[in-house]
Amino acid sequence: MVDQEHFEPVIIGFTCNWCSYRAADLAGTARVKYPPNVRLIRLMCSGRLDPTFVLKALAGGADGVLITGCHPGECHYLEQNYKALRRFLLLRRTLVAMGLEPARVRLVWASAAEGVKLAHEIETMVAEIRALGPLRWRQNGFTPDNAHDAHAFAVAAEEVSA
Amino acid sequence: MTQYLFYPGCAMESSARAYAASLASVARTLDLDLAEVKDWNCCGATEYLGINLIPAYALIGRNLALAAQQAKQQNGSGAHTLVASCSACYLNLAKADHYMAERPVLGDRVNEALAVGGLGYKPGTLQIRHLLDVLINDIGISRIREKVTRPLHGLRVAPYLGCMVPRPDYDHRWSDHEQPDELDRVLRALGAEVIDFPLKSECCGGHMPQISPNTAFELIRRLLQGADQYKADLIVTVCPMCQMNLDAYQDETNRHFHTRYRLPTVFFTQVMGLAFGEDPGALGFGSEIVDARPALARIGTAPVAAEPSGAGPRAKAAGLPMPGRRPEERER
Amino acid sequence: MTTQPQDPAQPKEKIGVYVCHCGSNIAGIVDVAEVREWAGQRLAGRGVTVARDYKFMCSSLGQELIEKDIKEQGLNRVVVAACSPHLHEGTFRTACGRAGLNPYLCELVSIREQVSWVHTDKHAATDKAKAVVSGGVERVRHHTPLEPLRVAIHPATLVVGGGIAGIQAALELADAGKKVYLVEREPSIGGHMAQFDKTFPTLDCAACILTPRMVSAGNHPNITLLTWSEVTEVHGYVGNFTVKIKQRARHVKTELCTGCGICQEKCPKKVIDDVYEAGLGYRKAVYTPFPQAVPKYPVIDVENCTYFRKGTCRACEKLCPTGAIDFAQKDEVLTVQVGNIILATGFDLFNPQKVTQYGYGRLANVFTSLEFERLTNAAGPTNGAIVLRDGKTVPKSVGIIHCVGSRDRNFNNYCSAICCMQSLKFAHLVKERTGATVYNFYIDIRTTAKAYDEFYQRVLEEGTLFVRGRVAEVTDAARLPGEEGKLILQVEDTLAGKQRRIPVDMVVLSAGLQPRADAKATAQVFGLSCSADGWFIEKHPKLDPVATMTEGVFIAGCISGPKDIPASVAQGSAAAARVLSTIDKGEITLEPVRASINATQCSGCRICNTLCPFGAISFLEADRVSEVNPALCQGCGTCVAACPAGAISGTGFSNDQILSQIEGLLMLNMEYA
Repeated sequence: MVDQEHFEPVIIGFTCNWCSYRAADLAGTARVKYPPNVRLIRLMCSGRLDPTFVLKALAGGADGVLITGCHPGECHYLEQNYKALRRFLLLRRTLVAMGLEPARVRLVWASAAEGVKLAHEIETMVAEIRALGPLRWRQNGFTPDNAHDAHAFAVAAEEVSA
Repeated sequence: MTQYLFYPGCAMESSARAYAASLASVARTLDLDLAEVKDWNCCGATEYLGINLIPAYALIGRNLALAAQQAKQQNGSGAHTLVASCSACYLNLAKADHYMAERPVLGDRVNEALAVGGLGYKPGTLQIRHLLDVLINDIGISRIREKVTRPLHGLRVAPYLGCMVPRPDYDHRWSDHEQPDELDRVLRALGAEVIDFPLKSECCGGHMPQISPNTAFELIRRLLQGADQYKADLIVTVCPMCQMNLDAYQDETNRHFHTRYRLPTVFFTQVMGLAFGEDPGALGFGSEIVDARPALARIGTAPVAAEPSGAGPRAKAAGLPMPGRRPEERER
Repeated sequence: MTTQPQDPAQPKEKIGVYVCHCGSNIAGIVDVAEVREWAGQRLAGRGVTVARDYKFMCSSLGQELIEKDIKEQGLNRVVVAACSPHLHEGTFRTACGRAGLNPYLCELVSIREQVSWVHTDKHAATDKAKAVVSGGVERVRHHTPLEPLRVAIHPATLVVGGGIAGIQAALELADAGKKVYLVEREPSIGGHMAQFDKTFPTLDCAACILTPRMVSAGNHPNITLLTWSEVTEVHGYVGNFTVKIKQRARHVKTELCTGCGICQEKCPKKVIDDVYEAGLGYRKAVYTPFPQAVPKYPVIDVENCTYFRKGTCRACEKLCPTGAIDFAQKDEVLTVQVGNIILATGFDLFNPQKVTQYGYGRLANVFTSLEFERLTNAAGPTNGAIVLRDGKTVPKSVGIIHCVGSRDRNFNNYCSAICCMQSLKFAHLVKERTGATVYNFYIDIRTTAKAYDEFYQRVLEEGTLFVRGRVAEVTDAARLPGEEGKLILQVEDTLAGKQRRIPVDMVVLSAGLQPRADAKATAQVFGLSCSADGWFIEKHPKLDPVATMTEGVFIAGCISGPKDIPASVAQGSAAAARVLSTIDKGEITLEPVRASINATQCSGCRICNTLCPFGAISFLEADRVSEVNPALCQGCGTCVAACPAGAISGTGFSNDQILSQIEGLLMLNMEYA
C-alpha cells in the first residue's frame, strides 16, 4: 500500500517536440525549480497522443497524466493541437464517467518560451494530485496489459461505480 | 433599470450642495436610480489612514458593510455597484475593498471590528465606482448627447479630474492614468469647447490648505495658471475637494502670488444640468465663490478663435501634419 | 501490442547505458554512480550489458567510450543519460555511426534540463533519473535501424522583406548564381534604412550606401523583384516549397512606364504618408515612396484615389505620356517553387502615444525618432531642415528622450539596441545644423559596437548635455517664468540627485523597436513560432541565429529582435550562406520521422485522410486503402494516434516505443526483469 502520509504522486507528462519539450528545456536552462514527480515523454506533436497512452500510464501506476502542446494557432504542424484538444476532452469525459477525478488528466499549452509557465503548471498539478491521493488503478485490477482492453475497462468501470 | 447604491459623503451636504442639487437633477433626466446608503458615516477622508490603519479601514469598512447589506436586501434590483461622487470617498472605499482582499490579515482585523457592531464585509462583494465612470460607461455618451437641449457652444471649459480618480485605478476602469479623457468626452457631448488641459490629473492641494497653506497655494496656482493659459472660462471638476480648493482658496492664492486669476470652478453635473435645459439656480450656480454666472453668458456665442493664435502652445500649425489622436477622441 | 515482456533470460538487445556527469551540472544533484550501478544491475535483465558514468559524455573521450563498447562488447543499442536531445542527440548518433551502429539505435534521455537543473532534493532527483533511464532503455529496445531521408534542394530561394537585411541576402545568393524571388509589401524596396539621412557612427549618408544596393537588387538578372506583393500561402517542405504570392495591382503597366513622375506631379489627391514619411509628410494617391525607389514604377493607392472612390478624375491616365496607367488591372497570384526561404520582415516602431505622459500626438513639438529621421533627411518634408511642427521655426533647445517604450515594465522589457546610438546621432545632427542646446535623457548609455563609444565621446565633446534619469513628464503647462510656450521636461537627475524642470522647444522620443503588428500571422504562414514578445525565435540564439526550427526557413535582421544596420546586414549574409550550402550540396538529410500505413492492416475507413494538414495521406480507390506520401509527411503522428486499426506506424515514435517508455518510466520493467 502507498503510504498516505508520504504520498509522492507519479505523473507522466507528454510533451511536444517543438514547444513544451523546449519549454521544459528552458525551465532547466533557467534553473526554474519544480517538484520531481513528473516524468516526461517527448512526442513530435500533441496530435501524436493516442488516448491509449494516457490509459496505459494510469493503469501502469501513474497518479496523473499531463498533456502539453503548442498554444492554439501555434502548432508546428498547423492545427494538430486542436485534434489533441478534441481527444483530450473526449477522453476526460470518459475517464470522469469511470469515476476518475478530472484534475488527474490535465492539458496545458506551453510555448517554447514558457518554461516558467510549464514549471508552474507542473507544480500546481502535483499539489492537486497530492491532495487527491493515490489513484491505485493498478491495485484495483487494471494491469498495463489489459489497459487498452475495452472489456477490462467495462468491468473496472462497474467496480468503480459500485 | 439598474439601481445603484450611492455614497454621498459629507461634502455633498455642506460645501458641495451644488453638486448634490445638480446630481439630483441630472439623475432625473438620465433615469439614474441612486439609492443612498442608509446610516453612512465618514469615508475616512485621507488623514486616518496615515495614523492608524485598522480603525481607518474599519471606518471605511462600515460603509461597505452597510452598502453590501442594503444591496442584499434590495437584491431584486441587482444593485451591487456602490457609486461615490467625491473622488476622496471613491478612492477610500475602493482602497478598503482592494486591500481587505489583498491582505487577508487586514480584512480579518477590520471584520473583527465590524463584528462588534453586528456587521461584516467580504471584499469584492461591491463594485466601487466613481459617478463619472457610471455616467460615461453605463449611461453612455449617446444618451447624454440625446438629452442636451441647450448645447454649451461657446463655453470654454477645462476638464479637471484631480489625482484620485484615475489613480491607482484598481479595476482598470479609466482610459489613462495621466491623460484620461472621460470628462473631456462628456463635456464635448454637451457642446462645450473642451481645452486640452494638461493638468487634468494633477493634485488640487487636498488638505494642504489646513496643513501647509503655502504648498497648497502653489498647487492651486499651477492649475489656475494652466487653465488661464488656455483661456478657459470655467474649470469643471468631479470632486468637492478639488472644487473647494480651486474656488474657495482662489482669492488667497491670488493675494499670495499677486496674481489676478478669476476662474470659476463648478461641478460637471452642474454643466450637464445646464446643457439639459435646467435653470442655473436650481443647479446651484451662484453658490460658488468665484461667480460662474458671467461665464455662462458665453453660451451660444461664437467660439473664441479656436486656439489662441501664437500665444497658445498648441497652435495648429500649417506646417507638418500632427500624428493621429487616440481613436476615442475622434468620436465627436 | 508487443509490450509483453520478452524472455528475460535472453534479451536479444545488448544495451549500453552511459550516465553523464556534465561536470557538476548533473553529478551535483544526481548520484550518477548510483544510477549507473542501478542500471547495470536492475536493468541487466532488460538487455543492459554495459553501464558507465563519465565526466563529460559529449567530449571526444566520452564518445570514444561508446564507440569502443560498441566494437568490443557488441552493443546494439545505446542510451545516453545527459542533456536535452536538442543539444547532443546528433553528437551521440554520429558516434554510434562511427562505430558501425545505425545512428537511430541510440537514445538520448535528459537528466540535466529535466532533472538536475530543476530539482533540489538529491534523493528524489536520483530516483527520477533512474526512472528516466529506465524509460529510455525500454524505448530503445524498440528502436529500429533507420536511414535519414534525403531531400533534393530546389535551387531558387524566396526572400521576404526588401529592407537592408533582405536585400543583402538576395544579393549574396544572386551573386552566387542562384535564382531569388525578393518579395516586398511596399511599392519599393529599401525598408527603414531608406528613411534615414545619416547612419551612426560613421555618419554615412544612408541613401548613398543603400541605393546602389537597391539598384543592384532591382537589375540583377538572378533576382525577380516582386514589390507591392505579399506571400499568402506556403506549402511543402525544405527543398521544395510551393509559395503563393499575391501581387497587388499597381494600376501601372510597368512595361510602358518610364518612371517620369508626371502622374505623381499631376495627381490632385494629397495623402499623409504614414509609411515612408512616418506621417510627417505627404504623398499623392499615385506615388513612388521616394525618388530613388526601386522599382521606379509608381502604384495607385486605391483607397485614396479619387477615381477609385468617386469614379472621376483620371488625371494621371490623361497626362501619362506613355499610356501606362491601367485602372482595370487586377491583383494577381503568382506561384513559385523554391528550396529555401529567408524571412527579413523587420520591425515596427513602438507607438509612443501609449506613453501618454510624453504627450506625443497631443503636443505638436514632440516627435518620434522616425519623424525626426525624416526631418533631418534632405529628401524629407522639410528638405532636411530641423524645424518645429509649424514647418519654419528652428528650435533653440531640443530634448531627446531615450528608451521610450523600451526597458519599461509597462511596455517592453527589452533594450531596443539602436536607441542610444540613434539618439547620439540626433544630438550631433541638431548641434551641427541648428547649434541648439541639446539634452539627452538616458538610463544608461549602451555603445557596445565598434567605434560606437568613440562617437559618444565626440558627442560629449560637442557639448550635448546628458541627464541621467527617466523623464517623468513632458508638459506644456508652464509653472515657472521662462517656461511659457515651451515644452517642459520634468526629470529626476539621478546623478545630481534632484528634480529638474528643463524647458525646450522640441522633444524627440527615441521610440523602441517592436515586432511587426502582423508577426504572428506571418509566423503562421511560414510555420514558425514567435516568442512571447512577438520576435521570431532562432534555432539557437547564439550558435544558430539565422536558422529556425523549421528546416529550410531562415530569418535575418530585426525579425528576431532589435538590431542595427551592421548586424542586420551580417545576418542577411549569414542566412544566404546557410541557404547556399544546402543548394550547393544539392540535397539535405532529414530526420526519418515519417508515418507509413501497413496496407494489409488498413481497413480503408479514411479517418486519417482528413487529419493531415499537409495532404500527405491519400486514398487508393483501387486497393481500398490509404497511403502516406513520405515526401509530404511531416511526421507529427496525428494519424498514427487516430488509426482505429493500428495500421499506421510512425518511425521513431511508434506505439511500441512510447508504450514501452511509459512502462519504463513507471518502473514496471522491474517486474519483468
